[in-house]
Amino acid sequence: MSIINNINKAFDHRIRLGIMSVLMVNEYADFNMLKELLGATDGNLASHTKALEKAAYIKVEKQFIGRKPNTRYSTTKLGRAEFKKHIDALEKLINKQQ
Amino acid sequence: MESKDYLKDISEIKDLMNKSSRFISLSGLSGILAGIYALIGAAIAYWLVMEYSQGTLILDGKIYRLVMLDLFLVAALSILTGIFLTTKKAKKHGAKIWDATSKRLVVNFLIPLVVGGLYILIILNQQKYGQTAALMLMFYGLALVNASKYSIGDIRYLGYIQIIIGLICAWFPGYGFWLWILGFGIMHIVYGTWMHFKYDRNQ
Repeated sequence: MSIINNINKAFDHRIRLGIMSVLMVNEYADFNMLKELLGATDGNLASHTKALEKAAYIKVEKQFIGRKPNTRYSTTKLGRAEFKKHIDALEKLINKQQ
Repeated sequence: MESKDYLKDISEIKDLMNKSSRFISLSGLSGILAGIYALIGAAIAYWLVMEYSQGTLILDGKIYRLVMLDLFLVAALSILTGIFLTTKKAKKHGAKIWDATSKRLVVNFLIPLVVGGLYILIILNQQKYGQTAALMLMFYGLALVNASKYSIGDIRYLGYIQIIIGLICAWFPGYGFWLWILGFGIMHIVYGTWMHFKYDRNQ
């Protein structure tokens, strides 16, 4: 039961898992970098980043580079901790079933 | 979800973490070639000094300038070969050569290297020559260690080895030439061969 509790619904999607994975090892990533790495569409990526932002797992910074708007994402402390818990739970689950 | 799906998730996470933060297209072959250039360059320098300066380097003579030119050519050729082979390899794998990851790699590599290079030029101007080989090895090693955070892990060990050889060289400046050959020549060849068999061949 405790393992299932640690599986976090907020991460239970390929794109969200991907966003978190990229942000865990990078100081920040911008929208286009995530889009390219994950092979997601604009709308798809936007809705998943919004969901993660709402849960306070990632931080969003909007800025201008020259005249172009640029959106940068980074993880929050809470997001990092929750993601680690989620991955640990996944690993335990896999080990148990093998 | 089945555990098979979770397993796929985990491997995808790993893959994304690597792809997004590390530049993995560095070619092992370019390491080998850089080592060979260094050995050839060292042989030319050795020959110049032995043949024309009776074994001692006069520091503002013609031979000194030729040795400097020799050194510069070795560095330039190594960099060009590295860029060429890495670009070729990246193209083959459909990876981008100039993206955020490789930019970070280059910037972090260049910071210690440029500082070291300028420092060496400054002290050469103050007629302090004894530590040149040691300083080159150490700053190059530091540059590698610094860059390794943004590349696959092995480059870090090459960096450690260069730093250690550099420190030994600082202790025994008389062997500077031979330690330089060991660090820039032989170690590059060993490292390049290792990388080539570890990453390039089975891809």
